Amino acid sequence: MTSINWARYASPVSFFPLATRLARGFGFAAAALAIVGLWLGLVVAPTDAQQGDAYRIIFIHVPAAWMSMFLYAVMAAWCAVSLALNARLSAMMAQALAPTGALFTAIALWTGALWGRPAWGTYWAWDARMTSELILLFLYFGYMALRHAIDDPRRADRASAVLALVGVVNLPIIYFSVKWWNTLHQGASVSLTSAPKMAAIMLIGMLVMAFAAWFYAIAVTLTRVRAIILERERRAGWIGDLAGAAR
Amino acid sequence: MTARDSTSAGAWPGVVWALERDVRLALRSKAELGVQLLFYVIVVTLFPLGVGAEPALLRALGPGVLWVAALLASLLSLPRLFGSDFADGTLEQIALSPYPLPALISGKIVAHWLTTGAPLAVLSPFLALQFGLDWSESAALLAGLLLGTPTLSLLGAVGAALTLGLRAGGALLALLTLPLYIPILIFGASAVGATHAGLGAGGEFSILGAALLASAVGAPMACAAAVRIALD
Repeated sequence: MTSINWARYASPVSFFPLATRLARGFGFAAAALAIVGLWLGLVVAPTDAQQGDAYRIIFIHVPAAWMSMFLYAVMAAWCAVSLALNARLSAMMAQALAPTGALFTAIALWTGALWGRPAWGTYWAWDARMTSELILLFLYFGYMALRHAIDDPRRADRASAVLALVGVVNLPIIYFSVKWWNTLHQGASVSLTSAPKMAAIMLIGMLVMAFAAWFYAIAVTLTRVRAIILERERRAGWIGDLAGAAR
Repeated sequence: MTARDSTSAGAWPGVVWALERDVRLALRSKAELGVQLLFYVIVVTLFPLGVGAEPALLRALGPGVLWVAALLASLLSLPRLFGSDFADGTLEQIALSPYPLPALISGKIVAHWLTTGAPLAVLSPFLALQFGLDWSESAALLAGLLLGTPTLSLLGAVGAALTLGLRAGGALLALLTLPLYIPILIFGASAVGATHAGLGAGGEFSILGAALLASAVGAPMACAAAVRIALD
């Protein structure tokens, strides 16, 4: 391990082939884990005593929600690295993470609403988790919108990095403020803050799907960062060589 | 006697200089300030027109409406914080000056609050009459706004600096800044609600104060970083 010079992967030309290999590997792993996880969740896991079969959406909903928050933290970490070291590849990683994070947030909100209808009788309730997940989606959109609005790529990198870092500081504050707001105005008849005690097989299925979602996120992000590298570094000589070798 | 380092100057004189300049410039166009207050009044008036004039409903809605309108009025006034200085090159000179940039920005933000947030807060108890809020609720609203609007100016300034000179300007600024405003809105509105329910609003005010202190420390530095990014 000590013989690997990790710092060389900060250069796009060195990182590109590594990203290609890793994306392929994590993609296959994600597919395999997803098949296993969905089989566990949809076939093996028993019908729930209270909710029947409607609970099975948990195998998509919970991993998506976990990933939505995890990816924002990872994105903010890459933003911090890019600001501290003035490294453009770190900023490209953050740029690549944002759409996947936003997608998982949207999936979590959507599957949550679909689950809410049979479970509590309503598609939406102003619960702390739900509301702060919605605000997380706005934070992702704000990041992507700011990036898109600035033409110069390096200025876009730095500005959206500052925004992501301000957002990550504010995210726990948003969660706790909404939690307090919700308990202060407790009118909802549902409480989903206490996680149901799960049968072991359900928990295992959920964990397998969580890893599947994580590996999927890694594979997709690495694929996207490859595309971003090709686009932003298109005038570099090594890309011409790459195209020539591919022919 | 060592020579004074000529490449840097004190922070406090910088704050005072920026504050004086911005207040003087803002007072030259009093009409612009009046327009912002008028926007606040009109938005607040729209809600009863939209939801109906039933007194109980208005009492319930009042604090939230007054706070949301304050947020929107604050948002509307943010572009002028850096906008005109950026357009004529003064912002670049400000960034190059020996005063620390966060200090100068703090001065600008205080001036912005004095000309936007403070008048808004002072006006709100009168508008609270439209919603039938009683004396103690209006006092809680006033105190909450006085504590909260500086934080809105501080957080909004970060958003304004990030979106300097961009085409998408106003709507993008709203998208970036409103999620950051949400905790202030929640605690400000529930302070009035808690007073209405007879509980004390001490907890909410404490959190608003904490948010003000934290953003007073953090926002000028984030803002300075954003301004330097915009000027590159």
